[in-house]
Amino acid sequence: MTTIIPQDKRRWNSLVAAVLGLGVLWTLLSRVPAAATTGGAPPPSPRQGFSAPDFTLDLLGGEQVTLTNLRGKVVMVNLWASWCPPCRAEMPAIESVYRAYKERGLEVLAVNTTYQDSEADAAAFVQQHSLTFPVPLDRTGGVSARYQLRGLPSTYFVDRQGVIRAVVIGGPMTEATIQSKVEELLNGAP
Amino acid sequence: MFPFLRLGPFLLQLPGLALLGGVWAGSSLAEKEAARLRLNAADLYNLIFYGLVAGIAGARLAYAARYLSAYLANPISLLALTPATLYPTAGLVVGLAVATLRGWRKGLPLRPTLDALAPGLAAFMVALGVAHFLSGDAFGAPTTLPWAIHLWDDDRHPSQIYETLAALAVFALVWKRPLGIGRGFNFLLVVATSAAARVFLEAFRGDSVVWAGGFRATQVVALLVLAACLWLLRRWQARPEVEASQ
Repeated sequence: MTTIIPQDKRRWNSLVAAVLGLGVLWTLLSRVPAAATTGGAPPPSPRQGFSAPDFTLDLLGGEQVTLTNLRGKVVMVNLWASWCPPCRAEMPAIESVYRAYKERGLEVLAVNTTYQDSEADAAAFVQQHSLTFPVPLDRTGGVSARYQLRGLPSTYFVDRQGVIRAVVIGGPMTEATIQSKVEELLNGAP
Repeated sequence: MFPFLRLGPFLLQLPGLALLGGVWAGSSLAEKEAARLRLNAADLYNLIFYGLVAGIAGARLAYAARYLSAYLANPISLLALTPATLYPTAGLVVGLAVATLRGWRKGLPLRPTLDALAPGLAAFMVALGVAHFLSGDAFGAPTTLPWAIHLWDDDRHPSQIYETLAALAVFALVWKRPLGIGRGFNFLLVVATSAAARVFLEAFRGDSVVWAGGFRATQVVALLVLAACLWLLRRWQARPEVEASQ
């Protein structure tokens, strides 16, 4: 038993020193270069820690919105469809948080996946629930593809620098969940 | 990556299922190992169960404590099935504390208990690698190597596959119980080899937490864990009678 552990204390100490020495050396060699952490904004990808992929979409009711034009604000990008029960269930909570935090710099973009929904149904839903935030229309599915949409609803919390700080796939999110994510970003660096 | 599977109105989170599978496999193996070590399998199973439940509850409560007003206004949100509102580090600490307390109260001997948990822990680490692969978490650094995978808009090291293969190697090693069982060495072997693998593989990760000087936090912590395990291996070998008397 325990044949792996040398009985001789000096041999054991030598083995430990060799293992730990190699570990320290590897840790030193594999340090992240300073340029990698100070090289500006991270590349765009729909993932926490990356820049939010940019898009320009028509809004329900007219006009357009471009995500990068909202730099300086905390943006919650929510992809949804009117036929999706959890999407419908979380909209009142989103509206409530939007009203509470809009003045502090929160913007909500509730991107309707119009390519798999109906613009009329989306408009009826928005009206029925008196939603006041902008509803961009993804008619071609381009934004959904760029965000690698795999489930509805999908929500991306984007900080003031345009970096995704949290992703919530599925729902419905509760008001406390949304509020906690938004507060964290609003209380962050301006 | 296939993080979600839609079954009618249900959106199954496959990484979560992989973790559940890991918990199931791990606890089943722990029960079998407990029988081999003549420990009370039910006590060991309960230790895992209490630890898990306390860990999840602790992770949620710790998160809620940071946003107290939001959760006080809407306390039912504490039960939300949203992994994004968990504080994992706090969950780990609470889970370990509760499991330790439970084991102590039930009089489970430390070193045989740890050895009973060893194969299950190794199996869970394999499941964790699979979960990372399914979710795209723990992703690799950009590379031009021929076996790179395209993930998060770049060609990257398949770090999740490295992680899974390393965990499988640790599992295969511990399955042979090269240091015997019942003295805690098998558990230390799992932790030490996993830490060594982490020191090596972290260099290929693209999501490392970086400390001052460019040091990867996980590598530094894993090195400390490795050193502690090596120290304990020697110490426990020199003092076998402590556990034998329990």
